[in-house]
Amino acid sequence: MTDITAFWIALYIAMLAAFTGYVVISRVPVILHTPLMSGSNFIHGIVLVGAMVALGLATTTTQQVIGFVAVVLGAANVTGGYVVTERILQMFDRSGKKPGKGA
Amino acid sequence: MVDLSVAIEPVYLATVFLFIIALQRMSHPLTARSGIVWAGAAMLIATLVTFFTPGLTNLALIVIAIAIGGGLAYVAARRVAMTDMPQMIALFNGMGGGAAAGISAVALLGETTPVTASLAVVGGLIGAVSFSGSIIAFLKLQGWMPSRPVTFPGQQIVNMAVLLLAIFSGVGIILQPSWIPVSAGMWLPLFFLLALGFGVLMTLPIGGADMPVVISMYNAFTGLAVALDGFSFATPNYAMIIAGIIVGAAGSLLTLHMAKAMNRSLTNVFFGAFGATDEGAAQVVGSMKAIDVDDVAVLLAYADRVIIAPGYGMAVAQAQQKVKELSDLLAGRGVSVKFAIHPVAGRMPGHMNVLLAEAGVAYDLLFDRDEVNPEFPATDVVLVIGANDVVNPAAHRQGSPLFGMPILDVEQAKNVIVLKRGQGRGFAGIENDLFYRDNTRMLYGDARETVAKLVQALKKL
Repeated sequence: MTDITAFWIALYIAMLAAFTGYVVISRVPVILHTPLMSGSNFIHGIVLVGAMVALGLATTTTQQVIGFVAVVLGAANVTGGYVVTERILQMFDRSGKKPGKGA
Repeated sequence: MVDLSVAIEPVYLATVFLFIIALQRMSHPLTARSGIVWAGAAMLIATLVTFFTPGLTNLALIVIAIAIGGGLAYVAARRVAMTDMPQMIALFNGMGGGAAAGISAVALLGETTPVTASLAVVGGLIGAVSFSGSIIAFLKLQGWMPSRPVTFPGQQIVNMAVLLLAIFSGVGIILQPSWIPVSAGMWLPLFFLLALGFGVLMTLPIGGADMPVVISMYNAFTGLAVALDGFSFATPNYAMIIAGIIVGAAGSLLTLHMAKAMNRSLTNVFFGAFGATDEGAAQVVGSMKAIDVDDVAVLLAYADRVIIAPGYGMAVAQAQQKVKELSDLLAGRGVSVKFAIHPVAGRMPGHMNVLLAEAGVAYDLLFDRDEVNPEFPATDVVLVIGANDVVNPAAHRQGSPLFGMPILDVEQAKNVIVLKRGQGRGFAGIENDLFYRDNTRMLYGDARETVAKLVQALKKL
């Protein structure tokens, strides 16, 4: 980022994003804490996109090796994060369709 | 290939929008599942459009790397048992942190400005700590490493020194001071080695009981690292910045909630080496009194109100299905059955909710600590299944390491039945006063077998 203005704009955006994250989470019931942690774990998997760019723009071999590892790790974060969250929420789905059945 | 690079920013914008909607939907049980599907769709499109980044080379390498990482993670995440989910989240979170550290390293090896280099260093530090720390958390929860706190004399001084050295070498990457005899290329590996080492050292003294807090915090760490790396590119990657910051903020809040539930400060979690001390045994008077399955069955069958308090032991024994059977059976006899869920029962916030939901227990039967605590005095039987520290009345006794931790006040019920494998202590390593109370009876054995026997005995009544 060469332009210092762009840096400040990004900082403003980051501040608003922090507020958004805070507000969205503050209403979550305890029952959803685990899926939510897993879900946010999936969302920071957006790191894959950055790793792809890092590898894609790599010029030296060292950069390529590190970039390659970063993409592998990022892809694992995204895929694993999604599957785990989906599996956890699937169980809520099933019990949600027949509320009170055990009562 | 058609040039779709103009589509990158609009798609990232839509991705971020969908992420926020997804998180909001995930905050309600009925819409939660659609939330992750939305986020997944957004992530997929964002990944695809990234291939059109101007000047992107090494395309084959990118595809191969995605196939390897994605493939292995898919198989692992599909195969793992539901009880092992906490460590899987820790593991995948660590990988995200590792990816962030990698991006920082690549950025620092290329051309940087002082601003981008500084942000990449901070992102790299946090990402690397999250990576090695999460791996240790994974190893501890998986049982491949002792889950008790690992301590040694002068630990905090060593940890602090490693952190300061890591920060120092991070500054070294940017400034390359000539007065220090370190060759220019050595600062970067030194920095990452120290950062990774700090992550390990920081997690070692934390016991298994505190792992939920730790995983949650490293989750926030990774989010923050991802956001910082978003700044490290020639043009800021706003998708990474926003998504990362949202996770960072949400994760921090969740971490504080959990620490609060245990009435412990984060400083205490990370520097307290909780559970390393062995205290309190001498102060306990009385003896543990055992009971057999048939007596418990009779007690339950003729009770009006029963509360079940599950803990990690239920998860280990995979007893949730049998527990659900038991609760259905009791409900069929007209007994009021409720589940008391302590916020930090198990190894993750909401761990018990997840397992009971898996077994098909309706979630309106699950009650939070604050909701259920006033009901214990009017309860006939409390069934404690594999929970220990969260029901330990020692938390009310000054001087106990647990003092002040909000617990489930099960000892106020008329009868307390504790299902337990043996006479050992809980994860925190502290003697449980509850087991010695006059109204407490111990039912020893594997939780699943014991509950199965209870179900059989109840059917015969």
